[in-house]
Amino acid sequence: MSRLPKRNSPSITRRGFLIGMTAVGISFGFPRHLMAAMDPASADGKVLPSEGELYEPSLWYSIDTAGKIKVNIMRSEMGQHVGTAIARILADELEADWDDVEIIHVDSDPRWGYMVTGGSWSISQSWPVYRQAGAAGRVALVEAAAKKWGLSAKDCEAKNGKIISSKGELSFGELVSLGLTRQFTEEELKTLPLKPNQDLKLVGQQVTSLDVANKTNGKTIYGIDAKVDGMVYANPILPPTRYGAKVVSFDDSAAKAVKGYQKTIVLEDASGSVPGWLMVIASSFIAAQKASKLVKVTWDAGKTVDVSEADIIAHGKTLLDDASKGGILDTGNVKTEPAFESASSSIAHEYITSTVLHAQMEPLNALVFKNPDGIWEIHSGCQWQSLTLPVLATALGEDAANIVIRTYMLGGGFGRRLNGDYTIPAALTSKALGGKPVKMILMRPQDMLFDSARSASVQQLKMAFDDNKAVTAMEHHATAGWPTQELAPGFMPKGINGEVYDPFAIAGADHWYSVGAQKVRAVSNDLAMATFRPGWLRSVGPGWTGWAVESFMDEAAHHAGKDPLQFRLDMLIAEGRNAGNNAVSEGGAARQAAVLKKAADMIGWGTEQAQDTGLGIASTFGQERDMPTWVACAVQVHVDKSNGLVNVQKLVIAIDAGIIVDPNGAEAQCQGAALWGLSMALYEGTELLNGQYKDTNFDTYTPLRLGQTPEVQIEFIASKMPPSGLGEPAVTPVAPAIANAIYQAVGVRLRKIPMRPSELKSALAKA
Amino acid sequence: MAKFILNGEAKTADVESDTPLLWVIRDELNMTGTKFGCGIGTCGACTVHVGGRATRSCITPISSVEGAEITTIEGLSEKDDHPLQISWKNLQVPQCGYCQSGQIMQAAALLKDIPKPTDKDIDAVMGGNLCRCMTYVRIRSAIHEAANAIEIKGVQS
Repeated sequence: MSRLPKRNSPSITRRGFLIGMTAVGISFGFPRHLMAAMDPASADGKVLPSEGELYEPSLWYSIDTAGKIKVNIMRSEMGQHVGTAIARILADELEADWDDVEIIHVDSDPRWGYMVTGGSWSISQSWPVYRQAGAAGRVALVEAAAKKWGLSAKDCEAKNGKIISSKGELSFGELVSLGLTRQFTEEELKTLPLKPNQDLKLVGQQVTSLDVANKTNGKTIYGIDAKVDGMVYANPILPPTRYGAKVVSFDDSAAKAVKGYQKTIVLEDASGSVPGWLMVIASSFIAAQKASKLVKVTWDAGKTVDVSEADIIAHGKTLLDDASKGGILDTGNVKTEPAFESASSSIAHEYITSTVLHAQMEPLNALVFKNPDGIWEIHSGCQWQSLTLPVLATALGEDAANIVIRTYMLGGGFGRRLNGDYTIPAALTSKALGGKPVKMILMRPQDMLFDSARSASVQQLKMAFDDNKAVTAMEHHATAGWPTQELAPGFMPKGINGEVYDPFAIAGADHWYSVGAQKVRAVSNDLAMATFRPGWLRSVGPGWTGWAVESFMDEAAHHAGKDPLQFRLDMLIAEGRNAGNNAVSEGGAARQAAVLKKAADMIGWGTEQAQDTGLGIASTFGQERDMPTWVACAVQVHVDKSNGLVNVQKLVIAIDAGIIVDPNGAEAQCQGAALWGLSMALYEGTELLNGQYKDTNFDTYTPLRLGQTPEVQIEFIASKMPPSGLGEPAVTPVAPAIANAIYQAVGVRLRKIPMRPSELKSALAKA
Repeated sequence: MAKFILNGEAKTADVESDTPLLWVIRDELNMTGTKFGCGIGTCGACTVHVGGRATRSCITPISSVEGAEITTIEGLSEKDDHPLQISWKNLQVPQCGYCQSGQIMQAAALLKDIPKPTDKDIDAVMGGNLCRCMTYVRIRSAIHEAANAIEIKGVQS
């Protein structure tokens, strides 16, 4: 998804600093919505008061007369400790004392620029912006101290919250007390001296994340905990299909017996987010959910009421059969036909992934009301404020300028909260009640049924070889429901054949192996699009393209009679388009080769394994070619042939993400991502059944549990390159590594995830 | 009128007798540290102690805890310094944090029953607590660290 913020990050910088310039002397904060910002380290999330006059070197932070630094974070906190990581980039450049740093997660005011938290972009994009901002403050403080002492700025030095010279030292707070007003033009900002990377002190060091303590004592405030005086509770009644359902009639006579029940309303939704929904309103949540079960509703169901998973897959295959469908990516030479015609041999295989649900732990919820200033306040967890606001504006029939999202801590994002559709029913209900505060919480089955699932996918890959079994061409055809087509179609580029495609549903297929002619084609599965709302789910497209590419590479290696590791290394040549084309991707395929070798060392590649035990390896580049995070995974698995159970005994990840800003948080992200990959490989997945997801709670939808968690080892490649992203990439190589290990252990190739014991057992019986 | 003791204080709540304990704690008594996850006792986010036993509050009707002593994450320690809270912070276990109240309450009950748990004990007892961020590797380590801290403290005193 890096195309999107890259397009926007320069304007974030420009806008930020320009507005910062006009804010001089004005008490910083949120005059209109003081509540609309949150400090995850303080009780109840309340922002602590500042002392005295503030100095704001830029939009991104303020320093008060006590030297306290409040860093504004426009990314949402959902477990990445993103505020801590971003604040330390700034604090490091500023030479602040870390103990003086507080973080503030801000509201959706346009001043912050384009707000989205996803794509593993946060650190990569914040890196230049917050370093510049920190440098601006440091320069201003040094200048002020120099002036006070009658010295030249070059004789003064910023260090750990103070400016030091031969005349003594002045703390940041003392200098702010003098009335600092220095501001910087954009041109000046660009020329500010940044610390050399090797002099960074906070970046790369262990610092306790500021949001952690409150997550061990129950004090963190999530969206579900939001409260305002006078609010009523609401629980929805969901229609039988995601789209096209119409309420014919409802009967709430039984619900009237529930103490606290108020009424049931049918939502009229101009935004199209929640067609066919009803909302049950009561004075307590328990009453609302009790009553919602008692309301009898008759709907005209939408057209997809009979669609099931097999239909989506079958339709996908039909679509791929038609070569005119879909967008073809620019991969250099896409003319693969001659190579296949003259090939001495070729292989072709098909890979399938099942529907996957986000199932974030905090069920979807939102609190909405119109405040006394006439502003609609949306209190909820949210990953993409800038996408959600216009949808809210359409639904409410209001100007987006009159709507503000107050983003709470997220009880899991994983991409579910990129799509803010869950704020709409609460907003419509509040509007129907004249702006009264409405708190909507979805029960778990409602949350799951309303999920923007990761679409099932079908992928067909083929490869041509010459007489020496060298690779001469490769094709990759993929189809799935496209999240970006539904929610943000403006972000879909055109392929070289003029057809648009969802970049986030195909990234990963355009890999860094030199395979000669290469064709990559992405096709939207229109039946999936009609049946449910596809979502971005942690690792998005690379979560399925990586599965196909790296399973296929293993099959190709065996076809070529080569060691799967060596086969890959031979094709990872950092030349031409595979050399990298920007600061983050520089080094290209050579960096991917390095992580592969590292992971192979970590697992003991090539060592003798016990009976029915095997090693598998796979490697991906995270999310997109222009922001690659080089990852390799190696696993040791044992297969119990009697029941088809796969035991992953050891899982190692080698990763190169450039400079690691927050080593502890980076390790945590990779542990979690790798286990998420394991979960989707073996344990979780659902299917569409009659227009809806079959599994709606954790009794039958079964993500990884602690007892299924293997030993996990993460190693980072030391690097001086600018940081890429870490939230998702380690998801992507795990499933193929496991499939490849199963093949090595028992000689059976599985081409569908999740790899269920029953399927492995029947494959073993056929082998 | 339901009566019970919550974190050492006598409480009453005017709710229907079938109201789950979870919603009484969260909505009537305004203590939001205990979380709602699944509503059917399969994820563990709502875990509290009833009479010292780990209990899924989302499927516990208030009528069944009449007069009982209930402890939530807010009452686990006075200064957020239960050995598990300390090890959880040391190892930076939480990611999104939503399940962690339940994880810590379940682990606290585990350490009462089995002061020095093996990995197998931990896998068995903590298996009912889902963590979608998959912080499992650190949960395991943090339980061991807390168990060690309690043992050393016990020897010293």
